[in-house]
Amino acid sequence: MGKTIRIDPVTRIEGHSKITITLDDSGAVSDARFHVTEFRGFEKFCVGRSFSEMPSITARICGICPVSHSIASAHAGDMILGVKPPPLARKLRRVINWAQLVQSHALSFFHLSAPDLLLGMESEPGDRNLAGLIRKYPDVARQGIRLRAIGQEIIRTLAGQSVHPAYVVPGGVLEPLSEANRQKIAAMVPEGLAIVESALDLLKSACEKLGEEIETYGKFPGHFLGLVNYDGALDHTDGALRMIDAQGRKVVDGLPVNQYADILGEASESWSYMKFTHYRELGPPAVEVPYRVGPLARLNVCDFTGTVRADRELRQFRRLGENGLPVTASFHYHYARLIEILYALERIELMMAEETITGKHVRSRASVNRLVGIGASEAPRGTLFHEYHVDENGLLTKVNLLIATGQNNRAMNETILQIAKKYVTGDRLTEGALNRVEHGIRIFDPCLSCATHTMGIPTTVIRLVAPDGTVLDEARRG
Amino acid sequence: MPEAEAPARKRIATAWLGGCSGCHMSFLDLDLRLIDLLAAADLVFSPIADIKAFPEGVDLTLVEGAVANEENLELAHRIRANSRIVASFGDCAVTGNVTSLRNHLPVEELLTGLYKAGSGSVPRSGEGAEILPELLPRVLPLHQVIAVDAFIPGCPPDPDRIWAAVTALLDGRPVPSVEGERTFG
Ligand code: SF4
Repeated sequence: MGKTIRIDPVTRIEGHSKITITLDDSGAVSDARFHVTEFRGFEKFCVGRSFSEMPSITARICGICPVSHSIASAHAGDMILGVKPPPLARKLRRVINWAQLVQSHALSFFHLSAPDLLLGMESEPGDRNLAGLIRKYPDVARQGIRLRAIGQEIIRTLAGQSVHPAYVVPGGVLEPLSEANRQKIAAMVPEGLAIVESALDLLKSACEKLGEEIETYGKFPGHFLGLVNYDGALDHTDGALRMIDAQGRKVVDGLPVNQYADILGEASESWSYMKFTHYRELGPPAVEVPYRVGPLARLNVCDFTGTVRADRELRQFRRLGENGLPVTASFHYHYARLIEILYALERIELMMAEETITGKHVRSRASVNRLVGIGASEAPRGTLFHEYHVDENGLLTKVNLLIATGQNNRAMNETILQIAKKYVTGDRLTEGALNRVEHGIRIFDPCLSCATHTMGIPTTVIRLVAPDGTVLDEARRG
Repeated sequence: MPEAEAPARKRIATAWLGGCSGCHMSFLDLDLRLIDLLAAADLVFSPIADIKAFPEGVDLTLVEGAVANEENLELAHRIRANSRIVASFGDCAVTGNVTSLRNHLPVEELLTGLYKAGSGSVPRSGEGAEILPELLPRVLPLHQVIAVDAFIPGCPPDPDRIWAAVTALLDGRPVPSVEGERTFG
């Protein structure tokens, strides 16, 4: 019988997620588990409500990516109504989704990960946060705050408020874009582009010193899943499903999102409230190669991005894959995120330059025409599915939500196992090793609000516990 | 602690119970005002920082979210014991809001209904029992569990409203009640 190390985020205090690392008799790491400890039950308590309320209710699943939920929900609603929203509405949905991508990725990169990247994985824990960043790198902190603010401000300009905007609805969006607001949004883009370019420089120079981390923070071959447009371009709002394997071969392509259940299955484990999703061809129970979703996956599955600067970066990104194969190092989620910000800002700029963007026809109206609706969107963290079954009055009889972070659940477990194997040894538990394991989770930027809600994973104690429960060693932070 | 011994720099905390993080996102929407705030006060506990146990001697704690499980409950008590002012931050903390929509269903039904459909085991069965916190039978607003000194409604509260409340509370003034900001949601 081996021993157990629990990375416990002051369990009894914050405790939305925990990590357990198990050692075998020789003291080597044999297993690692990421436990999500929060439960909210949206799929159950929404039964009986109207599908038209769902964009607003499901936005409250997550304050970081409410727009993604409202879009997936509205897509499901479009299908229930049996309508195609006007082309203009689909464009405005794209714009608000890109704006959210900007703010969410900026939060992940600057507010949450930059302290590790700039101050060091093993730096003073009291400094490893936004306040520490403000003290040591005030310009970087200010840029990060500005970039996130630009994304939020674009959302606010389109939709009246930045968190939980009531804007995207079944059939379209609520409001056309005014000329004044078009100009306001267009004027915000250049500053954002300048910030993301300097963030790219920052990351690239940080990566020069992080060779070992890139090799061990979740580098494994596996499948990638994401939406791509009909022409193979990166897409976050519309498009069809594409999955590639570690060799870059397309194992699924052009699959309409409403057939997601043909390829994806869900399972649960007794030790986490977050479900585990698997590619049906490969499991469960023996899920040897977890698939990944999110920025890294999207940039691996698409043929090109379709904007000038992002495509230039994509070519550099692709060189990180060995022998022309997909990029398998999860550490490069950081890089992929910055490329996506670049892309989103470029696309917003192009969209704001379109003559017709201030047109008036933004909503199609109908009543319930179908009893099933399935919709998807690319949330900042990956592909998100909403499936609704309704009665003739549009009241929900069944709801299934497949969230991005659940799809990365197995990949996150694999990642922390790799890191623990490299940096955790049986008799010494260092605070630095603890933060490294946590960074493995931060790479995926898990939207634990969608299942729980811990952003910084505020872990304090790693414990080495013998099978009888005695604490053999303890590493403390702070 | 007597007023005279209070530390010169204010100590503020933000905590996250059963909510969606949206109130925290609205807090981050203070944008550059965050820099002013962090120049004047220390953020001694928050989901956005690596800080250990909820510390002692906190001047002001903003609590997002409702009380949904036993860990939320313990944290709420600890926050009360260690904070001079506790504010219910956002509608989930103030009323239960979306988090409490599960209250019409028994917990057992929620868990088995959600997880039995797929393969695998139901959370908190077997080995999961000691790792995952138990859900409370009903989700409660914060003031039903601990005494609360101030309420900042909104889903989420608007950043200007947060700024007005936080600066007032840190100054020892009541939260201003501004026309147009007396609503929920
Ligand atoms: S009040 Fe609204 S924004 Fe705040 S946690 Fe609750 S649902 Fe989220």
